Amino acid sequence: MTASNTGRVWKFGDNIDTDVLAPGLYMKGPLSELAKHCLEAVEPRFAKDVKPGDIVVGGRNFGMGSSREQAVMVLRELGVGAVVAPSFAGIFYRNALNLGLLALVCAEASQIRADAVLSVDAANAELRDLDTGKRYTCEALPAHLLQMIADGGLLPNLEKKLKIQRSKEAQA
Amino acid sequence: MVQKTPMTLAEKLVARAAGQDVVRPGEVVTAKVDLAMMHDSGGPRRVAPMLERLQAKLWDPNKVVVISDHYVPAVDAESAGILDLTRKWVKAAGVTKFHDMQGICHVVLPERGHLRPGLFVVGGDSHSPTGGAFGCYMFGVGATEMCGVLVTGEIWLRVPETILLHWTGKLGPGVAAKDMILAMCAKLGMDGGRYQAIQYAGDTIAGLSMQERMTLSNMAAELGAQTGLIAPDAVTRDYLLAAGVPDGEIDITTWHGDAGAKVERHDFDAASLSPMVAAPHSPANSAAVIEHKGVTVDQAYIGACTGAKINDLRMAASVLKGRKVASNTRLLIAPASVRTTAEAAADGTLATLTEAGAILLSSGCGACAGYGAGVLAENETCIASTARNFKGRMGAGSSKVYLGSPYTVAAAAVAGHIVDPRELLS
Repeated sequence: MTASNTGRVWKFGDNIDTDVLAPGLYMKGPLSELAKHCLEAVEPRFAKDVKPGDIVVGGRNFGMGSSREQAVMVLRELGVGAVVAPSFAGIFYRNALNLGLLALVCAEASQIRADAVLSVDAANAELRDLDTGKRYTCEALPAHLLQMIADGGLLPNLEKKLKIQRSKEAQA
Repeated sequence: MVQKTPMTLAEKLVARAAGQDVVRPGEVVTAKVDLAMMHDSGGPRRVAPMLERLQAKLWDPNKVVVISDHYVPAVDAESAGILDLTRKWVKAAGVTKFHDMQGICHVVLPERGHLRPGLFVVGGDSHSPTGGAFGCYMFGVGATEMCGVLVTGEIWLRVPETILLHWTGKLGPGVAAKDMILAMCAKLGMDGGRYQAIQYAGDTIAGLSMQERMTLSNMAAELGAQTGLIAPDAVTRDYLLAAGVPDGEIDITTWHGDAGAKVERHDFDAASLSPMVAAPHSPANSAAVIEHKGVTVDQAYIGACTGAKINDLRMAASVLKGRKVASNTRLLIAPASVRTTAEAAADGTLATLTEAGAILLSSGCGACAGYGAGVLAENETCIASTARNFKGRMGAGSSKVYLGSPYTVAAAAVAGHIVDPRELLS
């Protein structure tokens, strides 16, 4: 992930749930197939028209429901650059960060315009509307989580730690 | 003498797991995990490739429980493959606590004696707060986070605030824990729990069976909480003894919040509560059953970790006794575990259900999550004893799901439409 990226905004309402993001009916199949049905119950155009780097802006309690990581994986599969919401469901939020998808808590998310083009600055937890220049401040992430996202998620982060640990053990 | 600041139950549980004397809400700590539970959907099939990539082994195979409950029984080559992979993986990984097609993980876990008060437990499923009913700090995580736990035996968390949901009074006939939790969803909303710790307390809770308490803790997930705790007592102890947990391992005195600990408290009255129904597409969209009276149902479903335990089947049987399922609908029942089925067979509950015309399905997550037998066609309406009625969850995108207690679901099956179950109990 780069420190800053730019994308078009897709806006959604409150309580977008994991069944809408990753419908159970398609959970057995490959991720590419599941991704085609991402959010189709509320916005049939989304999976077809979303472009890499686009930003999903949700309402309150985004990602509520199941612990299925596929709800995050489909967004990554479709190239979504960041998810922004005034609040997230706890498990979805942890899953997003664990998979290296930037999730930003932004109290003013409802003011972000649909179809706006935003730049995202993860390190400074800031969004900027490129047309109007308006800035949105998000909640800063703790350092250990910023590092994990920079590493690409929990797995690469663990891989790095294990490598250091193993080379120490080999030297000892 | 130094005055000790009072602590909540959640804080005590997290402090113990984090190896600290005191923790405070908002503080980020690393906790040692006592037990990690996974199922066939989010478990081995997802974590095995990750562990391989990391070239890592389980931190402690004795602290891992695997329960196959999602793709059971297999309906095609894909689901059969997932179950096969799960069996092979537990063997290779040295996991002996494996329950294959024995029922739904949240019910099987305590039933087989894996829980006890004071444990810090993660589960690879969002309804993992169910374990909170036993005084465990238990919560759900995704597969990658589970992989992290399996390798390190640790997990980070933000010490939660405690939201105390206090109930007084006795539930009326035909009213159950499911009605209580739907009422709480209506009042607090699906993000009312703010990913903090919920604790249920009061004389109503003390008077509930373990199974009814599990319904409350289970649906702490629908309140958006991280966990849903109930302080252990003699009821907890009796359940665990029956599940084979040694007496010496059941501590019901330590795991209570201190008087004066800081909580956000909400009060509820059980005596005035009527049966509740959640209309599509949210558990928070709940109101008294009377508001939805007359809605015809194509299917009535009693199943899932939330609503198919032995007491749930008994509630349904009390309505169905001597009655028949209406000709315009169908009643599907998937007991939560094979032990539940055995218990229901032994006490005559099962016969009452089948004589009424109920169709028995296998024990698993099934139609609740849109996985197994019993999913819905376009535009069909279902009333279910499950936890969630999100759009499209139980089948076709245009299907509608109402949620109610087993009493209310059984009553709808008899009438062919939603009715107040108390009319059939008197």
